[in-house]
Amino acid sequence: MTDFINPILGGLIISFSVILLMYLLGRIAGISGIFWGAVQPTALANYFSKDRAWNWLFLLGLPLGAWLAKVLLHISPTPPSGDILLTIIAGLLVGAGAKISSGCTSGHGVCGISRFSMRSIIATLVFMTTGIITVFIMSQFGEMI
Amino acid sequence: MKPFIALLCGTLFGFGLALSGMTDTQKVIGFLDIFGHWIPDLALVMASAVIATTIGFRWVLQKSSPLFDNKFYLPTKIILDKKLISGAALFGIGWGLYGYCPGPAIAALAYLNSSSLIFLISMFVGMLLFHYLEKASIKP
Repeated sequence: MTDFINPILGGLIISFSVILLMYLLGRIAGISGIFWGAVQPTALANYFSKDRAWNWLFLLGLPLGAWLAKVLLHISPTPPSGDILLTIIAGLLVGAGAKISSGCTSGHGVCGISRFSMRSIIATLVFMTTGIITVFIMSQFGEMI
Repeated sequence: MKPFIALLCGTLFGFGLALSGMTDTQKVIGFLDIFGHWIPDLALVMASAVIATTIGFRWVLQKSSPLFDNKFYLPTKIILDKKLISGAALFGIGWGLYGYCPGPAIAALAYLNSSSLIFLISMFVGMLLFHYLEKASIKP
């Protein structure tokens, strides 16, 4: 039963954060957008300017929340693949892809769909499809090796 | 007040990601593995998050402005262009290859695993590459 409760509860907590951020600050909780807002190139002094403060603090909260889940609820996931080349290629694709399409799983997948944005619905369908195809191809490789 | 709200929302978001299993790359890949050993967890995460947010946004966006700012910062683009499709396609490939999207990758820094840091640096480089490529192509 816990298999179903945690994902649903987690989804609801994510949603609560998304709604709260919109209600209080009027911002979309799209992580790739918030991340880019924090790290995009600017003069060094501007990196931690007042404009970017909320971006950095939101981002800081992400590992803080995951850490709390680990300490309070003993949630520690299986470590990801240690293959450095795979990590770099996937990171590059995720970064470039999110930048090009102006969003990721949170911005398009949660916030966008909830606003019935056609762009976000299409983007989500596309990245789910290529994700599924990629996993399928990788699993075929795995069986061959 | 604003910085505190941002930190609170980020913390809730990170907690939700970890609780739901999104920071576990095996579960994410399992969710995308519909032709193999499908793990339905993330379908439940997406479904519950989208349903609750749809209801919440209906209520919030009726207001004239957010509580601590004078306007809602909503995307204005509505056209379906090549960038949207090609970007989403690349994003999905990266997501399927490794099992991290941006939120969980940042949240996973909590586990002090060097892989998530390498992933994040690569993600930043990927964004930068496109940023400069686009800048260069706009110039006459």
